[in-house]
Amino acid sequence: MVEKKDKLIIAGREFTSRLMVGTGKYESFKQMVTAIEKSGAEIVTVAVRRVNISDRSKESLLDHIDLQKYTLLPNTAGCYTADDAIRTCRLAREAGLSDFVKLEVLGDDKTLFPNNEELLKAAQTLVREGFTVLPYTSDDPIVCRKLQDIGCAAVMPLGAPIGSGLGIRNPYNIRIILETVTVPVIVDAGVGTASDAAIAMELGCDGVLMNTAIAGAKDPVAMAEAMNMAVRAGRLAYLAGRIPKKLYATASSPLEGVIE
Amino acid sequence: MKIIVNGEEKSITGMTVFEYLQTLDIDPRPLAIELNREILPKNNYKTTMLREGDQLEVVWFVGGG
Repeated sequence: MVEKKDKLIIAGREFTSRLMVGTGKYESFKQMVTAIEKSGAEIVTVAVRRVNISDRSKESLLDHIDLQKYTLLPNTAGCYTADDAIRTCRLAREAGLSDFVKLEVLGDDKTLFPNNEELLKAAQTLVREGFTVLPYTSDDPIVCRKLQDIGCAAVMPLGAPIGSGLGIRNPYNIRIILETVTVPVIVDAGVGTASDAAIAMELGCDGVLMNTAIAGAKDPVAMAEAMNMAVRAGRLAYLAGRIPKKLYATASSPLEGVIE
Repeated sequence: MKIIVNGEEKSITGMTVFEYLQTLDIDPRPLAIELNREILPKNNYKTTMLREGDQLEVVWFVGGG
């Protein structure tokens, strides 16, 4: 089986699953835990936020995530400057004792598109400080190349705006990114349903990261399973090598021996 | 004395960061703390005395993408 030996390697760490999932927007911790399990993901993203010191009734997210089983990928969601993102990453490392970070520096709150100038600045500092940086970026091959040159462990171009569910809007850019960089390319954001995830993988991407597509589905647990299958199916189809597209038909049955 | 915790002003008596967390009934394990914008390593909670005007950021992980 070609799939069995096929591992995702990020900064020297080996992962079997190519699907990464978020932990936001679930109805309950129980639903989140089941959905993550069904997704087969080994890397889960989390956000860093202030503890509500006046209301201590809230449980800690980490009480529900088995850290023997999952690698935490803290994000810098909500950061609009390099300084804020760097500060958040330092806090995340202290809280989680791991140096993996999903670096996002946003440009505005309507599109949640990355501010690539600030992103590059933050990436530079964080790589220097020893972080394993996985940046959420525009689907721009030049920015991706710059992120790789800085020393990011992967690049994570968006397929479409965060939470939009529009799918992979520019597969050609993703293909160019795949030819431009040698670090893993993980499509982060935009996936709406299983076929979107499969398309990303069929393009040759190394992984897909999603949150809303699963947590926002009518049945998040079933969608998590669908995404698990889609990512594996897409990867296998990529490795198997698809047939070229042609305008006209080619018969599947022999042309000889047709009755007359 | 007064300190700022997560943007809110609080009145406390002299104590360490660890003791302050205990008064709030917060488990220090899943936290990260910034004291005056510098990361305060977990090992230092018990030895760091809070001082007038100190600014604390107390964060942890929540669900997110």
